[in-house]
Amino acid sequence: MLFRIAEKTELKALFDMLAEKNTVVGPVQTDTDRKGKPLFAFEQITDQGKLRLDYTTTRLLAKRYFLPFREDLATFTVNGGDWTKDIDYHIDRPYVFFGLHACDINALNKLDKVLMGNVYPMPYYVAKRMNMFIIGIDCRPQPFCFCRSMGADTVLHGFDLFLTDIGDKYFIEVLSAGAYGIIKDLRTETPKESDHLQYMRTVAEKNKLFTARVDTTDLTKILDMEFQSPVWKQWGDKCLGCGTCANVCPTCYCYGVEETVDVGLQKARKTKSLYSCNIVDFAEVAGGHNFRPERSSRLKYRYYHKHRGFVEAYEESLCVGCGRCGEACLAGITVPEVIASVRGEEQ
Amino acid sequence: MDHRLAFHNVTPHHHKYHRKADLDSFEFTYKAEITSVYRLTEHENLYRIRIMDSEDRRHFSFRPGQFIMLEIPGVGEAPFSISSSPSNHEDIELCIRTAGNLTGVLSRAQRGMRVGIRGPFGTSFPMEHMHGGNILLIAGGLGLAPLRSPIAHVQEHRSQFDHVDIIYGAREPAQLLFKFQYEMWKKDDINLHVIVEKPDPAWTGDVGLITKVLESIIKGRDSTFIDNTYAIVCGPPVMFKFVCAMLAERGIPMQKMFVSLERRMHCGMGKCCRCNVGSTYTCLSGPVFDYWSVLNLKEAI
Repeated sequence: MLFRIAEKTELKALFDMLAEKNTVVGPVQTDTDRKGKPLFAFEQITDQGKLRLDYTTTRLLAKRYFLPFREDLATFTVNGGDWTKDIDYHIDRPYVFFGLHACDINALNKLDKVLMGNVYPMPYYVAKRMNMFIIGIDCRPQPFCFCRSMGADTVLHGFDLFLTDIGDKYFIEVLSAGAYGIIKDLRTETPKESDHLQYMRTVAEKNKLFTARVDTTDLTKILDMEFQSPVWKQWGDKCLGCGTCANVCPTCYCYGVEETVDVGLQKARKTKSLYSCNIVDFAEVAGGHNFRPERSSRLKYRYYHKHRGFVEAYEESLCVGCGRCGEACLAGITVPEVIASVRGEEQ
Repeated sequence: MDHRLAFHNVTPHHHKYHRKADLDSFEFTYKAEITSVYRLTEHENLYRIRIMDSEDRRHFSFRPGQFIMLEIPGVGEAPFSISSSPSNHEDIELCIRTAGNLTGVLSRAQRGMRVGIRGPFGTSFPMEHMHGGNILLIAGGLGLAPLRSPIAHVQEHRSQFDHVDIIYGAREPAQLLFKFQYEMWKKDDINLHVIVEKPDPAWTGDVGLITKVLESIIKGRDSTFIDNTYAIVCGPPVMFKFVCAMLAERGIPMQKMFVSLERRMHCGMGKCCRCNVGSTYTCLSGPVFDYWSVLNLKEAI
């Protein structure tokens, strides 16, 4: 890792340099909520003035650029009794992601383990992931953020550049050779000891701002023990089974595949759509048997996958503590509350 | 200063041979044609399918217990365990119940219909480990479909096994599968026990649940038999739960009993999560599990 320091005015130069020849995606304000608070989303931008690096969080994820909600896995050309299958990974250029928070970069690193691992890597994801240039940005913890509990408040890899606002300057982490090639054309300096101290002070100040937390001590074992716990029924009764939590989750990757025939009957397509394990037919097999018919069993499964099974497989949880699911949940179910209740802690 | 980023191109190339680490094998489909449809019962057919490319056909191999994904373009794709002998490199046989959209279209298939297959996927029954021992092949209902492949292995390697019993339970005589093979199995020195829950007037065999016939079989066997016995159990969860409990009580270790789980699957490659039991992928760690592993999977049975 190489560290640099730059004046904040260099941000525009960095943006313009990348945006001139590349497609840039970044956080922009799309609207305000009914209380007048800004709403943010990741969108393609060409004007640095639109970039809102001070964004809190986004309900809509950057995920749609590398794990789209709907994507054709294949198309078929039907010709009499025969057919041919055509495959396209739907990527034709690199994308610059300007301003991802540590939690969202950590989410990508977790997705990589499943989708880029050595057992059946998923080319639709790999092809897009290999064409991402990621610039991370530090953030201010929101009341729903528990990333620090999940070890996802800082990120060590999976990006090209990471910017931390240390007052009047950006402290820059340069991770990739590609990033170095860009940084060398910016006006940056080697950080002095005082800059290091300022960086550490900034991080220490940030850490004081966390209010939400999850106790992950022994969590896999506790989930194993509490499989029959009555709290699952209580949360299941609240859950609407709508799948919103998976929709806003940066680490959810489950999907369903459906095939359709075009109106002309000459073409057919095989379409993958992201799905949610909370939806009623997630585990239903042909003939009608449903392995998880109750909402409680599905909600429980979601927690077991994220906080137990993934930990057993990869030594880390499939949750970055971004808190989006709790914020988006129409029934107001949040991860810190569910886990506290499983641990038998007072609410 | 041109800061155009390099584009990494991962264009699909249709690799022919299924490799777990090959990006382009992810969505690769063998084109195959249905060479015969044999009606087994009112709801189940035996489909014989042949990979069209002769080189692909020669390279395609599987082990008993593995499954494939069968695709009809525009209709859908679903997992089916292979019901035929691994040593047959010409045709793959699938015993399929007409239960949904895809299988409904299949049931109306004509000879020559072109389908896609991906695979084989999943774990298999460790047949070679069982060589030298006795084997109990136990099926309930449609469970005979995945069991027919290990049965074929046993027939082809009959001298490698000591006592071989097939214990098969069905709801009623009309639902019995593969009736044309029963005499053949017996000729291969396999003890066949068939039991039905609801007999028809013509039925002269055993009546009751599969555990009834199983109990009478294992009761008569001594401990030397039990110590040297493996079991493969295929059927609905409620059936293998009782069967495996009975076998465990009689002294067969749980790691010598193997079951095959049925789950919804949309990929077969550990991605879609539809087949997860707890958080174990049935498609990667299964469908064949030893009974100890199944007991340790939350919500498996």
